[in-house]
Amino acid sequence: MTVLRVSDAPTGEDVLIALSDVSKSYRRGGQIVPVLSKLTFDIRRKEFLALMGPSGSGKSTLLNLIAGIDSPDHGSIEVGGEDITLLPEADLADWRAANVGFIFQFYNLMPVLTALENVELPLTLTSLGRRDRRDRAQLALSLVGLSDRVKHLPSELSGGQQQRVAIARAIVTDPTMLVADEPTGDLDRQSAEEVLEIMQRLNRDLGKTIVMVTHDRRAAARARRIMHLEKGDLSYLVEQRLE
Amino acid sequence: MSQWLTLVARNVLRHRLRTSLTLVGLVVAILAFGLLQTVVKTWYAGVDGAVPSRLLTRNAISFTLPLPQAYHKRIGAVEGVRRVTYMNWFGGVYKDPKNFFPQFAIDAASYLDMYPEILVSDEVRRAFLRDRRGAIVGRKLAKRYGFKPGDVIQLRGTIFPGNWEFVICGVFDGRDPKTDTSQLFFRWDYLNETLRVRSKAQADQVGFFAVDVVSINLVAEVSQAIDDVFRNSLAETLTETERAFQIGFVKQTEAILISIRIVSFVVIFIILAVMANTMAMTARERLREYATLKAIGFSPGYVARLILGESVAIALIGGTIAIGLTPPVAARLAELSATLFPSLIVSVNTVILQALSALVVGVLAAVWPMRRAARVSIVDGLRALG
Repeated sequence: MTVLRVSDAPTGEDVLIALSDVSKSYRRGGQIVPVLSKLTFDIRRKEFLALMGPSGSGKSTLLNLIAGIDSPDHGSIEVGGEDITLLPEADLADWRAANVGFIFQFYNLMPVLTALENVELPLTLTSLGRRDRRDRAQLALSLVGLSDRVKHLPSELSGGQQQRVAIARAIVTDPTMLVADEPTGDLDRQSAEEVLEIMQRLNRDLGKTIVMVTHDRRAAARARRIMHLEKGDLSYLVEQRLE
Repeated sequence: MSQWLTLVARNVLRHRLRTSLTLVGLVVAILAFGLLQTVVKTWYAGVDGAVPSRLLTRNAISFTLPLPQAYHKRIGAVEGVRRVTYMNWFGGVYKDPKNFFPQFAIDAASYLDMYPEILVSDEVRRAFLRDRRGAIVGRKLAKRYGFKPGDVIQLRGTIFPGNWEFVICGVFDGRDPKTDTSQLFFRWDYLNETLRVRSKAQADQVGFFAVDVVSINLVAEVSQAIDDVFRNSLAETLTETERAFQIGFVKQTEAILISIRIVSFVVIFIILAVMANTMAMTARERLREYATLKAIGFSPGYVARLILGESVAIALIGGTIAIGLTPPVAARLAELSATLFPSLIVSVNTVILQALSALVVGVLAAVWPMRRAARVSIVDGLRALG
């Protein structure tokens, strides 16, 4: 394990996400509360990055900015060379559909759709036919070990299984990156380990770039790098050498 | 599209109790709307059923005042008149004042000729013309009181004093559903001859003359010509089309009709408020789902259409059930209302209005939740409690 200065963050051709001078503040009760201030760093392709820090440090805000569901007050966020802060809302939605897979703490599955239909949902935004969509959704579910639960509604699945369905939904469009906000926050230890194992496998075997916000040190230990945020600024980076 | 339909259909069934209660409210409201519209429409049925070439001549002062029966021949002599008949409103009581139904003393042969919408068999017609105390009753009236040929019934006169006995000669039907078959017709000559004995001052008088004009184009001229014949007489006439007469009659109750119409729309407004509240509640509960959809790339418009689809689907299901229920409920209501409404026929216009009301309720109820769900930021939506 190596502790680096923030300035030691990687640059160069293997950079997927480049944040430059990014600031974000919120207005609360008439007061402007800064959350992120002039943040500059890169995330490499095929990276598994864990964002840690105390509550209110801005890690979820940072994740939202990277995922294109929030916009910065200042600065640029380039993903694969495209500045997503310049995209209009409709284009940004298309961009998210093609490039980002979301994994939420509370799974956020559609309760009225089966596991298979939930996974198929993002594919309805593509030009794929129904049969292709079904095949891909089946494949994604088999990757997370849920081939036998395709017709189950979320309410008929355990928390761990629901999160695995959510992961299948996140990867089914083969996005450039996965963003996960406390993916194990609502799970027991065993389910959390299973979910982390899948995420690690997606990163290691399929080369998925993953950015994960977590409070859980054991979850963060699965990442290749850990970034610590303190009061909206990066405090230090931990480079981990995983087996 | 199919995914959208799946989501809409399953969301409709998601909270079954809530959806069921909303549906009950919708069904009651759209049904009530349909019934009230039908009542108003029925009130105007006489207007709709009026024959354009038929005129009614009455006393110019008021239709409650009679005209001499002797006008019959003079009216018949006016150029452009094909035939004339006459009648008197009787207003008798059958056993109890609550048993109201229209009764007319008519000049039987000429009346039945001029009103082909009154369908009687030749046998009944012959019996009616043969028996001076004879009466014919409409199908609905016969059914209500169990009248059958050969029965002798008694009416207590209110305008014309004394008890009056009639022999039922037969039952008539209506040519179409608008024809009032809750009426009783008896012979004017029976009335007149009895009045000559009991109340001489009321004899040889009629309430209305019905005039059949040879051509619809002559209606105005013939009306004028008839009234000119009796100008400056003791009983001046007012001749107008059957339709104008019916409108004038209905206008007397216009305030009630306007109130009924207003109430029917108030009912729709109330269910709109209830439905809008339901949809707002539903959308509020699902903000996180909508935010998730938007996060994974669905447009705000897609989310808005989900809410619109659900709201319209519920409204149309409720509307369809209500439209299906309206005719049988209207028929039952007509039965229960005795002879107040000869028939409550649900018109195509009413059905269209009901369907439109349901659609409008569905669309308007979704407007605010759609707007909110489409506009809420993804970040705020994801923070919302499910």
